[in-house]
Amino acid sequence: MIGTLRYTAVQVARFALLMVAVSIVTFALVSASPIDPVQANTGQAALLSMSAEKREQLDERWGVGEPLWERYGQWASDAIRGDFGDSLRFNAPVTEVVADRLAGSALLLVSAWLISGALGLVLGIAAGVRQGGLLDRAVCLYCYVLSATPTFWLAIVLLMVFAVQLGWFPVGFSVPIGASAATVSLAERLHHLILPALTLSVTGVANIALHTREKAIDVMASEYVRLARTRGEGGMSLVVRHVLRNLLLPAVTLQFTSISEIVGGSVLVEQVFSYPGLGQATVTACLGGDAPLLVGLALATAAVVFAGNLAANLLYGVIDPRMRREVRHVR
Amino acid sequence: MFGSKPGPRGAQADGLTLFHDIERPYARGGRRAWLAGCVLAAVALVCVAVAGTLLAPAAGATDFAQKNLAPCAAHLFGTDWMGRDMLARTLAGIATSLAVGTLSAAVSSVIALALATVAALGGPRADAVVSWLIDLVMGIPHLILIILVSYALGRGAVGVTVGVALTHWPSLTRVLRAEIMQLRAQPFMACSRALGISGMRMALTHAVPYVLPQYLVGLVLLFPHAILHEASITFLGFGLSPEQPAIGVILSEAMGYLTAGSWWLAVFPGLALLLVVLMFDRMGSGLRRLVSPQGVQS
Repeated sequence: MIGTLRYTAVQVARFALLMVAVSIVTFALVSASPIDPVQANTGQAALLSMSAEKREQLDERWGVGEPLWERYGQWASDAIRGDFGDSLRFNAPVTEVVADRLAGSALLLVSAWLISGALGLVLGIAAGVRQGGLLDRAVCLYCYVLSATPTFWLAIVLLMVFAVQLGWFPVGFSVPIGASAATVSLAERLHHLILPALTLSVTGVANIALHTREKAIDVMASEYVRLARTRGEGGMSLVVRHVLRNLLLPAVTLQFTSISEIVGGSVLVEQVFSYPGLGQATVTACLGGDAPLLVGLALATAAVVFAGNLAANLLYGVIDPRMRREVRHVR
Repeated sequence: MFGSKPGPRGAQADGLTLFHDIERPYARGGRRAWLAGCVLAAVALVCVAVAGTLLAPAAGATDFAQKNLAPCAAHLFGTDWMGRDMLARTLAGIATSLAVGTLSAAVSSVIALALATVAALGGPRADAVVSWLIDLVMGIPHLILIILVSYALGRGAVGVTVGVALTHWPSLTRVLRAEIMQLRAQPFMACSRALGISGMRMALTHAVPYVLPQYLVGLVLLFPHAILHEASITFLGFGLSPEQPAIGVILSEAMGYLTAGSWWLAVFPGLALLLVVLMFDRMGSGLRRLVSPQGVQS
């Protein structure tokens, strides 16, 4: 019990430290930028014809010229109370924009994450169990080529073939143009989701499959597999009873560390497919010099990645009793 | 702390390569074949870089009489809406990518070497700081961090180069740190310590030469990541400026002509980038195989 409490306390402290560090880094980076947010958002002509007072007013609104620490102190004291400021581009509280965009991305991220994980595991095991076989070579070739493929290029090619030439899928957005979100049916949502999710999962598979294959080869070379073979075990029973079980832990690790990659890749995919999500908001915020939103987005993605790692650690205990004991000893 | 226990990141394989293949002593193709492959790939990449640099002026030359041509004998990759030859633009773009990728990968690998040495030889406190730094950088998706760094430096070539350099060191740092940790257990290291040799000198005379092969392999394997990220960032509009020939610029411009049916604008430049990245990565794996002790027999 005390062990659990200590564990929780340590994780909370780690999380808080990470959030502080990420917010400081993001704040410093955004403030260091020579790009003038007022200029980036008003355009050259409007900027030249602007009166000095108007300019000053806008400068104040966008936080130009204020020292970094003052701004950060102000932001941090508000943030502790749950107020992350207002997004300048979207003209709404940052928490609202982030929650909205996260909800938009959630379906895309989760489906790509699950598909790439499951497919990667299956392909990796299939390849690793019979190393050097035809299937193994095919999987390796696929993985080599897919890892070298720029995600955004793949997105463009898929868009060109399936949306423009064949017309099977819509060219962009997450709902039909002109329809309000409330009236859109699930089928229409899925129809818009397929291409982006496909792009994201197809590229994610490569990494997971190659890692899994490597581990599967290790397992196949182990003595317990040799023993099982001498007992006459083989085929699916060998794979399920020995290979799969020993692969569970690394598979969980891979699955949860791939969150970071999926989130990163979603920036590109959402940009190509004009999919209104977290990634697209990041690009918009950065192009427009929207500092509060950028900090909010960086914190949100860091929190998602942290949650993934924590989930992996907790799952270790569930899967492997030895780990549970170890965790208790360490705390 | 999970940093010291095999947590999700600690247990992860080196995470450095795009393509993990296990070192198999009796793999297809011997050392000679791999060596020849590496040399060939290197020669091909140099040729592309030189051709791209020489073609840079041609890449910007417009010819409105020959705009929007599909691939033909005169223009193998076709031409764009300003009549620019896409083959020349692609080669020039790849040369730019290679330059940015080489520079940022080199800087990144030096950061990795320095931090790994400090972490492994500088005592537990330095080790904790370095592993915390790794966690911090890995805590935000690379692409988002590069966007932020690039934004902080006002975009452009400098922004993207620094951005890629500052985000790609963690995986190599882990590999090198583990190597130096192994070295530390050697008797001659204990001797050096007993003789009162300074930490700095030990790092330079023992640690750095010891990890040099791993370092070089890691450096080559950083290139593909660096090049892909540079292209991605440029594509999003935070990297190289639209006037520069770059694959990211070409592809983001091609986006506007997708519905017009100009498929060649996007397909060939992306394919060329894919081939370059693939070549780099195979070269890196080949080098790793050549360097690894298990491979000596084959």
